[in-house]
Amino acid sequence: MTKLIQSLMYGLNLGSIYALTALGYTMVYGIIRMINFAHGDFIMVGGFTLFYTIPVMKNMGLPLWFAVVVAIGVCVVVGVLTEQIAYKPVRGQGSTTALITALGMSLVLENGALVLFGSAPRNVPPMFSLPTIELLGASIPGQTLLTLAIGIIVMVILSFFIKYTKLGKAMRAVPEDKVASTLVGINVNKIITITFAIGSGLAAIASMMYTTSYVSIKNELGISLGLKAFVAAVLGGIGSVAGAMIGGLLLGIVEILVKVYMLPGTYEAVTYLILIVVLLVRPTGLLGKAVSEKV
Amino acid sequence: MLKVSNLNVHYGVIHAIEDVSVEVNDGEIVTLIGANGAGKTTILHTITGLKKATSGNVVFDNVDLLKEEPSKIVTHGVAHVPEGRHVFVDMTVRENIEMGAYMYKKKDKDKMIAKMDEVFIKFPRLKERQNQLAGTLSGGEQQMLAVGRALMSDPQIILMDEPSMGLSPLLVQEIFSIIKEVNQQGITVLLVEQNAKMALKVANRAYVLETGKIKLSGDADELLNNDEVRKAYLGA
Repeated sequence: MTKLIQSLMYGLNLGSIYALTALGYTMVYGIIRMINFAHGDFIMVGGFTLFYTIPVMKNMGLPLWFAVVVAIGVCVVVGVLTEQIAYKPVRGQGSTTALITALGMSLVLENGALVLFGSAPRNVPPMFSLPTIELLGASIPGQTLLTLAIGIIVMVILSFFIKYTKLGKAMRAVPEDKVASTLVGINVNKIITITFAIGSGLAAIASMMYTTSYVSIKNELGISLGLKAFVAAVLGGIGSVAGAMIGGLLLGIVEILVKVYMLPGTYEAVTYLILIVVLLVRPTGLLGKAVSEKV
Repeated sequence: MLKVSNLNVHYGVIHAIEDVSVEVNDGEIVTLIGANGAGKTTILHTITGLKKATSGNVVFDNVDLLKEEPSKIVTHGVAHVPEGRHVFVDMTVRENIEMGAYMYKKKDKDKMIAKMDEVFIKFPRLKERQNQLAGTLSGGEQQMLAVGRALMSDPQIILMDEPSMGLSPLLVQEIFSIIKEVNQQGITVLLVEQNAKMALKVANRAYVLETGKIKLSGDADELLNNDEVRKAYLGA
C-alpha cells in the first residue's frame, strides 16, 4: 500500500510534467493543425536557462525562483521566434511541409544547444530544499509534492483562462473557425502568436518541474520528453486541453507503475504501445472528437 | 455608403471578378443574384477582407476597406454573415453571441449587454437555448445565431451570404422576414442569394452577376419582371 501511494505520487509528478508539455502540443495543434515537434526542445532551452541563471541568482542574493521567470521569458521568446521565422512563412503550404519544418526546427534547437552547451549532461542546481513528507506511511520528497502542486495550479489557472476570459475565448474560437473569428474582429495571426507564447511559457514551467525532480539535463532532453508528451496529447485527444492534462497524468502514472511493478526497462515500450493502440482503436483519443472534412 | 468600383479578383490565374462596380445606399436592401460560381460570395469576401482584391476600390463611409486589416473591418460598422453560417459549434449559444461583441472595449460593457438583450428579444429561441452548444442547434437556429452574432457589433451594413441555403420553405420565409425587420431598424443590407425570387421580392435594387461580371442591374421589381432574368433565374 505504501509502495502504491508512493508510486502514484511519483506518477502524478511525472504525469504533470507530461501534461504541461502536452498542453503546448495540443494548444498549437488546436489552432494551426500542426504538430510542433520543436516543443520538447523548448523544455531543453528552459532547462539550460535554469542551469545558467540559478547560480547567477544565488550570487546576486536574489530569490532562486526568479530563474523560473527568466526561463519563461527565454522560452516565450524562442517559441514566438520559431513561429514567426520558421512556421508562419510555410502556413498554408500543407501539413507535410509544416511537419518537416517543425522537425527541422527541433534539430536546429537540439544541435544549436550542442554547439553552445556541449553534449555532457549538466546537473541543474536545486532551487528549493524541502523536507521529505510522510504521507500514509509513504515518504515523498517535498519538491515532488511542490512541483505536482505547481503543475496542478497552472492547469487550473489555464482552464479558467481559456473558459472565461476574452482572450481565452478567442483562443477557442480561432481553431474552430478562422473565417468567423476574423469577421467578429479577432486578429487570427495575433492569437496564433499568443498561443505559441503561452505554450512556450508552459514549457518553461515544465522544465522547472523536470529539473527539480530529475536534475540532469542535456541537449537531447527535448526529443524523449517531447515524444512522451506527444503520446500523452494523442492519448487525451489532440487539440483538447482537458485531454492533454488527463493524457499526461495517466501516462505518468502508467510509466511509474510499470517501472515499479513490472519490468523497469520496459516502460518506454509500454508508452509507445499505448500510442499504437490508441491510434488503432480510438485515433481521436479519450476526449478528442472526429473532425469531419468540410465540403 | 458602400461603393465597390472596378473590382478585380483572381484565384491564381482564374479571373473570378471582372471590373465589378456595386453601390449600396443608406437604408437599402440590395441583392446580388446569379448562378453558382458567378462570384457573388467572392465579392462579399473581398469587401470584408477574407479575399484579397487584385485591383479596384471598396469604400465604406470614406474608409478604404481594401487597405484595412480584415479583423478591423467589423469595427467600421460592416458585419458579414458568411455562407454556411460559420457558428462556433463547440461554444454555447451565449458564447457565440458574446463573440459577436469581441470588438467592444471594457467600457462598452453596458452597450454589449443591451445588444445581447436586443438579440435575445429578436430571437427568443436563442435565449431558450443559450447554454446549449451551437453545434446542437438546427440549421435554421444556427442561421439565426449567425445573424444575432453579426447584430452584436451594432453594424451599419450587414452582408448576408445565402441565408436561406439548406432551410425548409417555412424557415426561408422566416429568414426573409428577419432580413426585412433588420432593414427596418435602419441597417443597410447587401444580400447574396441563389433564391433569386425571394431575394428580388425583398430587395430595393439588384445586380445580376454572370461569370464574374455584372450582366444587369436595376430596381428589384423591374428585374423580377425582366424576361431574361425570369428565364435564367426564376425558372419561368
